[in-house]
Amino acid sequence: MIASIDRRAFLRGATLGSGGLALAGALPAWALPGSAGIAEGLPVLSGEDITLRIARTTMRIDGRPMHAVAVNGTVPAPLIRLREGQQVRLRVMNELDEESSIHWHGLLLPFQMDGVPGVSFPGIAPRATFTYAFPIVQAGTYWYHSHSGFQEQDGLYGPIVIDPAGADPVLSDREHVIVLSDHSRLSGRAIFTRLKQQPGYFNRQRQTLAGLLAGQDQRAGDRRKWGAMRMDPTDIADVTGATYRYLVNGHGPQDNWTALFRPGERVRLRIINASAMTTFNLRIPGLPMTVVQADGLNVRPVEVDEFQFGPAETYDVIVVPREDRAYTLVGESVDRSGMARATLAPRPGMSAAVPPLRRRPIATMTDMGMGGMDHGAMDHGAMAGMDHAMRAFSNAPTVRKGPGVQTIAPMPIDRTGAPGQGLDDAGHRVLTYRDLVALEPNPDARAPSRQLEIHLTGNMERYMWAFDGEKLSEVTAPIPFRAGERVRVTLVNDTMMGHPIHLHGHFFELVTGHGAHSPRKHTVLVQPGGKVSWDVTANEGDWAFHCHMLYHMAAGMMQVVQVRGGADAA
Amino acid sequence: MKALLFVGAAAFGWAFPAAGQTMSHDHHGDMPMAAPSSPASPAAAAPDSDNAKAEGQDAAMSPNGGQHSGHDIHMSPIGDPHAGHHPPAPQADPHAGHPMPADSRPEAAAGTDLAAGDAPAPTPQPGLAASRFWGAEAMMAASHHLRHHHGGMTFRQVMLNLAEVQLRRGKDGYRWDGEAWIGGDIHRLTLKSEGEGTFGGRTETAEVQALYSRAIDPYWNLQAGVRHDIRPGPSRTYATMGIEGLAPYWFQVEGAVFLSSQGDVLARAEAFYDQRLTQNLVLQPRAEANFAAQTVRETGIGAGLSDLELGIRLRYERRREFAPYIGVSWERRLGETARIARTRGEETGGFSFVAGVRTWF
Repeated sequence: MIASIDRRAFLRGATLGSGGLALAGALPAWALPGSAGIAEGLPVLSGEDITLRIARTTMRIDGRPMHAVAVNGTVPAPLIRLREGQQVRLRVMNELDEESSIHWHGLLLPFQMDGVPGVSFPGIAPRATFTYAFPIVQAGTYWYHSHSGFQEQDGLYGPIVIDPAGADPVLSDREHVIVLSDHSRLSGRAIFTRLKQQPGYFNRQRQTLAGLLAGQDQRAGDRRKWGAMRMDPTDIADVTGATYRYLVNGHGPQDNWTALFRPGERVRLRIINASAMTTFNLRIPGLPMTVVQADGLNVRPVEVDEFQFGPAETYDVIVVPREDRAYTLVGESVDRSGMARATLAPRPGMSAAVPPLRRRPIATMTDMGMGGMDHGAMDHGAMAGMDHAMRAFSNAPTVRKGPGVQTIAPMPIDRTGAPGQGLDDAGHRVLTYRDLVALEPNPDARAPSRQLEIHLTGNMERYMWAFDGEKLSEVTAPIPFRAGERVRVTLVNDTMMGHPIHLHGHFFELVTGHGAHSPRKHTVLVQPGGKVSWDVTANEGDWAFHCHMLYHMAAGMMQVVQVRGGADAA
Repeated sequence: MKALLFVGAAAFGWAFPAAGQTMSHDHHGDMPMAAPSSPASPAAAAPDSDNAKAEGQDAAMSPNGGQHSGHDIHMSPIGDPHAGHHPPAPQADPHAGHPMPADSRPEAAAGTDLAAGDAPAPTPQPGLAASRFWGAEAMMAASHHLRHHHGGMTFRQVMLNLAEVQLRRGKDGYRWDGEAWIGGDIHRLTLKSEGEGTFGGRTETAEVQALYSRAIDPYWNLQAGVRHDIRPGPSRTYATMGIEGLAPYWFQVEGAVFLSSQGDVLARAEAFYDQRLTQNLVLQPRAEANFAAQTVRETGIGAGLSDLELGIRLRYERRREFAPYIGVSWERRLGETARIARTRGEETGGFSFVAGVRTWF
């Protein structure tokens, strides 16, 4: 904890020196500080036969040793670079003393190769080897990670880049893979245990009496109202900079991982949120970013100054740094408790000013699912009534009533046109989901034959999370689909936290008003108190469907989507 | 006129989604004429900012990409994510062959702009598809393991909310109040213990409880079990039933009734509140009251409100698991209980300065 304070004080300072470039043996060459990027032909794993070895290791972050689970000795795991149209065989050797697995996040593949123990295969036993084999039918930026225990938190994640079979519509002179993640001195298991014992354990930005006297955060009246509802408006992130180091390609803020460019070059950044629990706000002060790809699929170019993305989402952006100077890449945690930091520079060893962390947001009535209500008009008596209205199961008949459901959003709203929690007043252009338009027409533009509403539910006081109030451990049947059928799924977030929801084995088209050019994603961040609709064409198999916040998933926020073909499914 | 017709048709489609689904295809020919305000076309309301932002950004795209900015390209077979997945009847892009300028709005509902129908959901089937590849037995075991590790895990915690020395006029004393639990989200086994004594004297009160605890709503647990008082002698055993949980305004509240093996009925209410002064300093006001339905001479308890404790403790929570504190506690035996104490020549209570550690693991 002392370390985290040191770092925060350090980060709040306006400028950083070049930092100790601690070279660590546990890093792949492409992730070493001063890397010139993968466009320079740095070592990666390619070809049709790839071997990955999962084992424990010690990595150095900002000069401090940390325990980790690594692939081929590195965290992040090696970059797997493939070409659309090829076949690949991935031999995965598990040298851990526990079961392991690798899921190929965003790849369209036969369900039995998807890598989720208990859904798509039995898992890889300790000291055993499993060979995945499947064709590569797509291009873009993806990633891979463990789907066993808490190994993803402990370091088992890495990037995948698939080059298109033909010419890439995205032109760049150079590219860098930017893997953002979170790492703690505590093991994933220890973090989860603490969250279960005391859900606010990692929140070191609570509202205080000192803050009230200093005029910070909510006024006394609002604090009383939120207290009456037993809702903490500072509960923005469950696991925070109090324990996390936020990493870029396995490096802490002081390590200052550096991506090189020549002034005037078009630089493609393939940015992957491979964190276990962290929604990042990403920006490069002084350098606009043109988003060209979302979740691996091309979108019409859209220029922004910042974007928010949840765990498992990816964005490819083009930047054109024209000046011969360094730029800081800032990946700020959504609760502003820390940041991932890297540098874009013409030469190694340079650094630019690091902006201080901005003030953390306070959850609003909209975040509580009262998007349509007039906040000002609510007096104290109305709030007392609100306490009941906030858990009216008549608003969500499919949700199972129980201790795991703290609130039902009375008026959830579509927030896909908003920039994400805490960024409404960022003062510059922030990407929204509505800004995304698929570059190519959607492969299936039929109207959905039916629709389905799924509620994202939780109880922050007990650290319980689920779909429709039922943890995976309690669910008795999968969510059934017919192969090839088109279904509109609406996710309603009844909780006060964002949930990045991932459906394995599919891309779904966001219903954001773009018709047959809807953006296609594998993971969508459903904002607090918000709702998101998407259309999906079901691919045969059993597929994991879950929140990509690792501890939400572990708490039960996961189900299995069962897609069966033929008449027998009817 | 045609546009008007389409609006009407689209509105009809909105009201009757199943019908609209087929109609939208019938009306392909009319699409270029469709009014942007068509209610079936949310895209018409899409902000212009998309396009504004896209302007001038083609620089980032290769000449190749420029070709893609028209809408008339076709997916290469290799890029078709549905390859090998029994793709639905070819629906392709309804706009294929309708080249649109890059900055134009979609002219008619297509894709996600279309309303969804109300076809019934299929019935879930037993078993996992992966059993075909890896064997039913292996998959069943893995599935069981998966479910257990996603919502069904067991946790435990041991917490001493109070572990302190009490400095007061007369004899200094000590006090503890803690609990331990093991279990899942709903069902838990909870052990509680509290007691106090004086240094150099004997332990005055000491009790343990073993309870089954069940979550009954988001904030409250119902608890039932056994309480055993080791002190004061003679030892007593009670059946107990109570609730504990989080009340509005963040008050931690606990209440229980106890029925002794002798038929005596006691009750207890406790509440505390954590007021954060700063991120590390927490002020905890606390109150505890004990009641008895009858006088029990052997244990010195009188009928009615038998004793009351009010305390305020300031703790330093630099580390959540080990938070030292100081404070003041006022305890008082009341009514019949106080009378019994006085007749026995015992103190009836007073102020103490307290210092201790709140700790858990």
